[in-house]
Amino acid sequence: MRRTWWIYLIAILGLVAVAAPFVWMFLGSFKTQGELLQVPPTWLPEAPTTQNYDDLFSKANFPRYFLNSAVVALAVTAGNVIFCSMVGYALAKLRFRGRTGLFILVMGTLMVPGVVTFVPLFVLVTNAGLANSYPGLILPFLVSPFGVFLMRQFFSGLPDDLMDAGRVDGTSELGIFARIMLPLTKPALATLAILTFLGSWNNFLWPLVIAQTEDKYTLPVALALYSTGQNAQNFGLLMAGAVVVVVPVLVIFLVFQRHVTRGIAMTGFK
Amino acid sequence: MSSATLQDPPARTRPRDRPPVRRRGSLNHQTAAAWILTLPFVVLFLAFTAGPVLGSLGMSFTDMKQRDLRTPLAVNGVGLDNYVKALSDETFRKAAFNTAYFVVIGVPLTLTAALAAAVLLDRGVKKFASLFKVAYYLPVITSIVAIAVIWRFVLAPDSGLLNTVLSWVGIDGPNWLASKTWAMPSLIVMAIWRNFGAPMIIFLAGLQAIPQSVEEAGQLDGASAWQRFRYLILPLLRPTILFTSVTTGIGYLQFFEEPLVMTQGGPLNSTLSVSMYTYQQFGFGNYGLATSMSYLLFVVIAVITFLQFRLLREK
Repeated sequence: MRRTWWIYLIAILGLVAVAAPFVWMFLGSFKTQGELLQVPPTWLPEAPTTQNYDDLFSKANFPRYFLNSAVVALAVTAGNVIFCSMVGYALAKLRFRGRTGLFILVMGTLMVPGVVTFVPLFVLVTNAGLANSYPGLILPFLVSPFGVFLMRQFFSGLPDDLMDAGRVDGTSELGIFARIMLPLTKPALATLAILTFLGSWNNFLWPLVIAQTEDKYTLPVALALYSTGQNAQNFGLLMAGAVVVVVPVLVIFLVFQRHVTRGIAMTGFK
Repeated sequence: MSSATLQDPPARTRPRDRPPVRRRGSLNHQTAAAWILTLPFVVLFLAFTAGPVLGSLGMSFTDMKQRDLRTPLAVNGVGLDNYVKALSDETFRKAAFNTAYFVVIGVPLTLTAALAAAVLLDRGVKKFASLFKVAYYLPVITSIVAIAVIWRFVLAPDSGLLNTVLSWVGIDGPNWLASKTWAMPSLIVMAIWRNFGAPMIIFLAGLQAIPQSVEEAGQLDGASAWQRFRYLILPLLRPTILFTSVTTGIGYLQFFEEPLVMTQGGPLNSTLSVSMYTYQQFGFGNYGLATSMSYLLFVVIAVITFLQFRLLREK
């Protein structure tokens, strides 16, 4: 018991170090430009204002970026939940030619950096006439090697007896998947859905390349372009923009954090 | 635990020669079902992942430029010219050095912080352990662009959070991101802050898999807490350390958004990374050159991952 207090002290210092930039951002988003430039800086806003948010939603078209981010993230999440669970099940539970080859192919691409694929992907998507469109933003991410791996791991842990029972009852193979096995993977599906949603919401490089007009920007693209463009010095606006990007993710994470950390422990990937 | 999951449990739990308990023709049904279940994935995966990986390789041996965007097949092969050009480019070498700097310093520090946090939460903190865990993990799931924006303010010269805190103890902090010396260390500290939560979760799982009896045995032998950690716990964490160093290393080698948003690669290219330089070359329309650079990065990632497996593999 003697050493307890300093352990908690370290843990709390760590907590402060992690939380301080978030708190700073949140409080800063309610400050005026003058106050943000003040030396020494203030902690609590002296004259709290919602001007930054007003600008964000009226002048800066953030509702549109928010909508784009949400549409893309929801579509990508739906695709991953449907397709990755189908493949994960086939790889884990069905015997067919090419199973090992497919699995190796999928795992092999887990290591490929995003910069390797984005140039040919850009050429492909542009020639398919999908540049600067929702399908262009969504299609390349509808399936992911990570999702397949996660679902395969989970299906592997389910007993084969359930499938055999279904077969004896005369259920078709697809029926066994859809009606018997899939309902048992709800926790894994929740994990996959949340991790995919967060990944898509935060995705940056591809939307930066493919969203060419302002009406197709996602939130991170808009925030990055604002922070390096003519609004780079409009600190309050950037702080408020960061809040809008971060808060939905924080809420989803705090509500579903169990699923997120379980997914990492299950696969080792974030 | 996590690294063990990389192996192939079904292959072990279901050997090939297991007698079939199924109805006749069941294997054909299974094959048909497998095709239906995998077809949408295979099409999307070939078109948007596997195809581009090969396309990138092919493109790296051509002189493809932006003007060829609509006629990607009507380009000239140039052999290894792009690779030669990349490797002899001073700026690319600078970017490679910066990326190495970021990885070599950043990965060990991130893993050390992650392991320290995991030990703290597993062995030290009894109350609120899950609260701390969730809080430490928060930056991992936050948009890197938003984090970069926040940290630009944290690191601002006069009105910044960091220099204000430093001034309390009498230190006059520099203009971190505008300094050739300090810009990269600043990005490394930010990366540690953002990323340590992910390996921490994996270390926690690894620590929880170590039986209590291991430590009790050490205690009986009179080993100090540090000795127990160094000689009993750490060797048992070897697979977990391997796994986290591989995943963290792969991530850090691709470091891109931080310099893009915070420094634009500056000052004087001191934070320009390979990924960011590749992106710049893409922006200039040099598609062939950009893909050759990205493949050099890919090869380095593959080689380093392989070496890590060799070095840290259990003997």
